[in-house]
Amino acid sequence: MGRFALQRFMYMVITLWVIITLTFFLMHTMPGSPLQHEDKLPPELKEEILKEYGLDKPLPVQYVTFLGKLAQADLGSSFKYDGRSVTDLIMQGFPASLQLGIQATIIGVIFGIILGCVSALRRGTWVDNVANVFSILGYSVPNFVLATLLSYYVGVKLQWLPPAKWDGPEYSILPTLSLAVLVMATIARYIRTEMLEVLGQDYMKTAKAKGLSARTAIIKHALRNALIPAVTVLGPLIIGLITGSLVVEQIFAIPGMGWMFVDSIQVNDYTVIMGITIFYSALIIVGMFLVDVLYGIIDPRIRIGGVQE
Amino acid sequence: MDRKNVLEVKDLHVSFHTYNGEVQAVRGVSFEVKNGETVAIVGESGCGKSVTSQSIMRLIPQPPGVIKHGEILFEGNDLTKLPEKKMEEMRGKEIAMIFQDPMTSLNPTMTVGKQIMEGLIKHQKLGKAEARQKALEMLRLVGIPSPDSRINQYPHQFSGGMRQRAMIAIALSCAPKLLIADEPTTALDVTIQAQILHLMNDLKEKMDTSIILITHDLGVVAETADRVVVMYAGKVVETGTVEEIFYKPRHPYTWGLMGSMPRLNLSRDTELSPILGTPPNLLTPPKGCPFASRCEHAMQVCKEHMPETTNSSDSHQVACWLEHPMAKPVDIPHDVVGGVSK
Repeated sequence: MGRFALQRFMYMVITLWVIITLTFFLMHTMPGSPLQHEDKLPPELKEEILKEYGLDKPLPVQYVTFLGKLAQADLGSSFKYDGRSVTDLIMQGFPASLQLGIQATIIGVIFGIILGCVSALRRGTWVDNVANVFSILGYSVPNFVLATLLSYYVGVKLQWLPPAKWDGPEYSILPTLSLAVLVMATIARYIRTEMLEVLGQDYMKTAKAKGLSARTAIIKHALRNALIPAVTVLGPLIIGLITGSLVVEQIFAIPGMGWMFVDSIQVNDYTVIMGITIFYSALIIVGMFLVDVLYGIIDPRIRIGGVQE
Repeated sequence: MDRKNVLEVKDLHVSFHTYNGEVQAVRGVSFEVKNGETVAIVGESGCGKSVTSQSIMRLIPQPPGVIKHGEILFEGNDLTKLPEKKMEEMRGKEIAMIFQDPMTSLNPTMTVGKQIMEGLIKHQKLGKAEARQKALEMLRLVGIPSPDSRINQYPHQFSGGMRQRAMIAIALSCAPKLLIADEPTTALDVTIQAQILHLMNDLKEKMDTSIILITHDLGVVAETADRVVVMYAGKVVETGTVEEIFYKPRHPYTWGLMGSMPRLNLSRDTELSPILGTPPNLLTPPKGCPFASRCEHAMQVCKEHMPETTNSSDSHQVACWLEHPMAKPVDIPHDVVGGVSK
């Protein structure tokens, strides 16, 4: 187990390094510079500032300097928000994004499982059909469309919930919904398919032959087996949530990381772009690792280091 | 040898409603199982053996399956009329079942121990610790080495033979009066087959359980069964003691089964004689004897009327027109008799 963890950790570091390198060079190939909008600055001053930030040096030198600082956990400071460190900015935006992500995951997973199970157990009835239509819609409607519709109809027209901003729990409901629907729809589809498969398995017959009621057999024998594929898609879903939040945060004007990320790209705030990229990547990589661990907990056949005699 | 009947199946009809129409999988099956007896149900694939056995447990999926007619009397109670709740109390406690493929009939995400304990907790109202003790005892009984560590393992850590042993442990944990074994050795290799059969025979003696053994392997029948029920196209064509079926078979289908089996006492040059043709489609079963189209002794009457079941001894019944006094006597093909030495 120790060796496995170490190996995994090495892979994670390498992946992160590749992402950092790619992003760094991509970012610098973008047209413009952090000072492109500062037309009133005299050229000499511009050069002075570029020099101060080390932007006058050749790119490879800048890259090495950046990596060196990163190794000391220093992400640098923002160009746009003078004097504020990138870490600071991330910590300011992260809580809102995290809350949104967690809420959306929990709601999406719980309702996805319920929807998928009900759909499978009532296969072919109107309940199943309604659930199917619902999950196909949820799967195919992009979250920015949903977010706009929710914000406009529920927020502006009906005025049931605040259409934007981030001032309390009720402000998180619509953005959470916009993000949760995709998770719910995906999980529901996987659970339905797998549940139908599992219900036809021999071990379900064994469970019934033991005298278990249909209900007990489903809860104790079918559900766990039906969850396995859904766990696999949880990784990509979490990534979907993170990228989805970039847009949804913009629509609802939530001061989260997504909003900050988009903003930093628009103004070529190099250090912030790099900082958030690294942060997001690390988040996704760790998320994937946790999904793998979860996978092992649910399915003993792939438990790492399980003693096979 | 006058023993009580544990199970009596009377004129059982089971159908499946499919997209194409009603498939009459079982069409009037009757047989009984006495206390402590092993009854083998034999026949080729699709003849209704498994449907019959799963109907006894009421495990056929409903819909599409439906028990149309008939009685299944277990110690006098008609199982077809029991409410589901009562049926749950019968399953695993009075009647238990083991299945063909031990690779798929255990839940891969639950330890073997827990799977044995479930039935005990449900039926014998044992606490967790007691159930665990009993599960250990069962594992030991079915011959699984070092049960203390095995009890916490998952099915994928067991070999095929051990899984079937574990299945037997699950099935027998509540000391059922009847064990239905649906092709318990088909998926195992030959040496393991023998071990599992011996184990079942042993435990049957110890626990005084009756067994319904479903198989298409006549070697297994010869080794374990007391009586044999031969099924064809959803009907019982012949029943008798093992000796009667192997030494004095009377139905041409039984002859065909015997003739198509490899035997050690035949010379190498003798070719096996398979039964030609295929069984009838049970969507539209023939109105006469279902075997008539494949039977070399078939007469005109066979195609038009189903033969009555006649007794050729107290324990031996046959449904064949050749039994009729007016039929021309046909000799049993000599090469099928006593095919498997008991």
